[in-house]
Amino acid sequence: MVDVAIIGGGPAGIAAALTLKARGVPRVAILEREGVLGGVPRHCGHPPFGVREFGRLLTGPGYAHRLAAAAEAAGVEILLRHSVTALKPGGGLEVATPEGRTTLQALRVLLATGAREAPRSARLVGGDRPLGVLNTGALQAYVHLQGLAPFTHPVVVGTELVGLSALATCRSHGIRPVAVVEAGSRAVARWPLGLFPRLLGIPVHYNSGIEEIIGHGRVEAVRLRDGREIACDGVLLTGRFLPEASLARLSHLAVDARSGGPAVDQYGRCSDDAYFAAGNLLRPIETAGWSFREGAAIAAYIADDLMGGLPAAGEEIALVAGDGVKFVVPQLLSRVAPLRGKLQLRVERPISGQLRVSSEEGVLYKRRISTRPERRILVDLGEMKPPGEAKRLLVEIVS
Amino acid sequence: MYDVVVVGGGVVGCAVARRFVLEGAKVLLLEKGADILSGASKGNSAILHTGFDAPSGSLELACMQAGYAEYMDIRNKLRLPVLETGAVVAAWNEEELAKLPGIVQAAHANGVTDVRQIGPGEVLAREPQLGAHVLGGVLVPHEHVIDPWSAPLAYVTQALVNGGEVRRNTVVLSGHFANGAWRLETNTGPVDCTTVINCAGLYGDILDYRLTGEENFTIKPRKGQFVVFDKAASALLRTILLPVPTERTKGIVITPTSFGNLLVGPTAEEQDSRDRANVDEDTLRMLVDKAVELIPALEGMGVTAVYAGIRPATERKEYRVRHDTARNYIVLGGIRSTGLTAALGLARHAWKLYARMHERLTNPIWPQAPRLAEHCPRDWQFPGYGEIICHCEMVTRREIEAALSGPLPAQDYGGLKRRTRVGMGRCQGFYCNARVAEMTAGRFANPLAVGGAHG
Repeated sequence: MVDVAIIGGGPAGIAAALTLKARGVPRVAILEREGVLGGVPRHCGHPPFGVREFGRLLTGPGYAHRLAAAAEAAGVEILLRHSVTALKPGGGLEVATPEGRTTLQALRVLLATGAREAPRSARLVGGDRPLGVLNTGALQAYVHLQGLAPFTHPVVVGTELVGLSALATCRSHGIRPVAVVEAGSRAVARWPLGLFPRLLGIPVHYNSGIEEIIGHGRVEAVRLRDGREIACDGVLLTGRFLPEASLARLSHLAVDARSGGPAVDQYGRCSDDAYFAAGNLLRPIETAGWSFREGAAIAAYIADDLMGGLPAAGEEIALVAGDGVKFVVPQLLSRVAPLRGKLQLRVERPISGQLRVSSEEGVLYKRRISTRPERRILVDLGEMKPPGEAKRLLVEIVS
Repeated sequence: MYDVVVVGGGVVGCAVARRFVLEGAKVLLLEKGADILSGASKGNSAILHTGFDAPSGSLELACMQAGYAEYMDIRNKLRLPVLETGAVVAAWNEEELAKLPGIVQAAHANGVTDVRQIGPGEVLAREPQLGAHVLGGVLVPHEHVIDPWSAPLAYVTQALVNGGEVRRNTVVLSGHFANGAWRLETNTGPVDCTTVINCAGLYGDILDYRLTGEENFTIKPRKGQFVVFDKAASALLRTILLPVPTERTKGIVITPTSFGNLLVGPTAEEQDSRDRANVDEDTLRMLVDKAVELIPALEGMGVTAVYAGIRPATERKEYRVRHDTARNYIVLGGIRSTGLTAALGLARHAWKLYARMHERLTNPIWPQAPRLAEHCPRDWQFPGYGEIICHCEMVTRREIEAALSGPLPAQDYGGLKRRTRVGMGRCQGFYCNARVAEMTAGRFANPLAVGGAHG
């Protein structure tokens, strides 16, 4: 029995553990399936990490190390190689460990299992299925954790920030990307970062995609949608992050098809009020620093909740993603006055118009926006008119 | 000098090698790939067929039913799974509905007497997630799902631990029969034997020509693409969902897998290539759409994997089985998707054709298949597994180490995946691929890592 079980020892989970310990919660356990804490930053061998948390510029592994040390110093129970295999109603966890299966009962559970990139299969990329087709996360694990290279001259797909970071990872490890392929008409990452491939002398093919991967045993070439063939020995699929929500999806918890993560209220509370969620599991994708702060914020609510200080779940307002809006997090608002916190949303396509939150009675919030899918949009609930008796709020962009 | 050389390490070759070893023959299996199951047997729909819809009176039907019976008989001894699903042939329009009585009749004629027609209410009671426009179906209670790789691996492993031999990366270039014996020339040296059994699948006709100089049949490769949905989808269907077949094809199936996923496929695409099992986005989207049409709750469901298999079809529908008694040569050719079920039956059939006597093994060893089926205990449920390497499929270090050693260690990544499920889950190696590269370093001719990372 623990007070709070945190599933996932990345930035969000560790930040939550630190906050809970600081708030005096006695038994806080992190269940981490790997043999070491830190999460994805462990293999992001580049800055900037940790500026806000530790007041200095760190690389991913350095940051992960600091997080792990802080958790240990704070007296968090760190359960490594503990794979949670099922979530039971009321906070019961089924756990696999190398010593055997066990169960753990917690008063509250925080899900902080992060996000990962969409693999080739989920993108339905055509062609042969040879070795050498990877995501950035796997590449980083090859070079930073194993000291290995999965290819020498790959084609890189995608120009989100992670794609550009992948180019840097390649170049600093003797891997020479031969081309960048981007579905859109310009780089997804903001100027001037989008110029990065050109600075490296790597041709960028916009408005394109891979029609077919060609190769027997190992990637030999890709054929683009325009018919052009590029010789290469690997394909690096970057970005298109998905919450790692399989535990929630296979459980009794409600999952939001839009965000891909569990449905939560403004306190990060799931449809079973023993469960909370934080970090990139909530939505794709924010920085490690964002996840850290989010983990800390939601942990503060959990601490409140353990002392009976959180409004009970139940009377809730549903937030519905309307036209142009890909997702809204949280998906529910507990009816309290005044409402506090922020809505996070993203758009489906590059769009300009009026962002509007409305109930059947009228518009509660509006502002002009011009934005793109990769940009975070926040709505301060404190600036929104009180929802009154509304049961449902529509979040949309009206052009 | 071997009694029998089996050419081809697909499911048929593995089953034949096992049968002949158990019967006391000295057996060598030759496989041209880096690992067994690298051709037609690597991609199929994993169904254990009753034969309810097989051609009446055919060798195919006889071998399927014998194979089904033997699988059920030996599967506990080899620790092979059966996911008892049953199947429903569902009718979605009046034309299909009108065909159902004929399907029942044919099934009964094939001896599958528990097959019966059911109304839309019973179909939906059994499978409530199906589209409500279903008009009825034929229930096939004993059509089940198995693990398409563990089964042949268990067969060939049993052959190996009881004295059989396997040589991989070996291509038969030619053969010469004289004085009651064969000499096969291969890229790894000559092999002498009394009898050759051609189980070369997609290359069966080529091997046939190399050995006999005759053109007895022609392989017409037929590709089938598949989409594997996330494990969350498995709650949406318990039964194999079959379409009413048309003249041309058995059509697209939606089925649970023994690994806890949901599978949709295959397509039937004629092609020239015998080894290009490529997929294309339009077809994959069509398969997803088809699945969503029949099971609406699949809308938005994640796709875990996509693959294609190539069936060794020929210019004729039936199995191309021939025994050239003058040359001690048996061909088991043109074995398509029913081969997974029929393999054990085909092996018995080949043994009957062979018609020689050896000293039968009285107390053969029964090796245990790895624990890969989701509905059975998995390796991670037993202490001492070391660590989980592949989190999506819960594959342990102990399992990977076992697959890299033992009587027939994996020799490529595909072989390792088939033996352990590593990398086959929703993240497709995002988390574990680098670790697997490290664990397999120096073991595969086609390695995961091409070298060290500099810098």
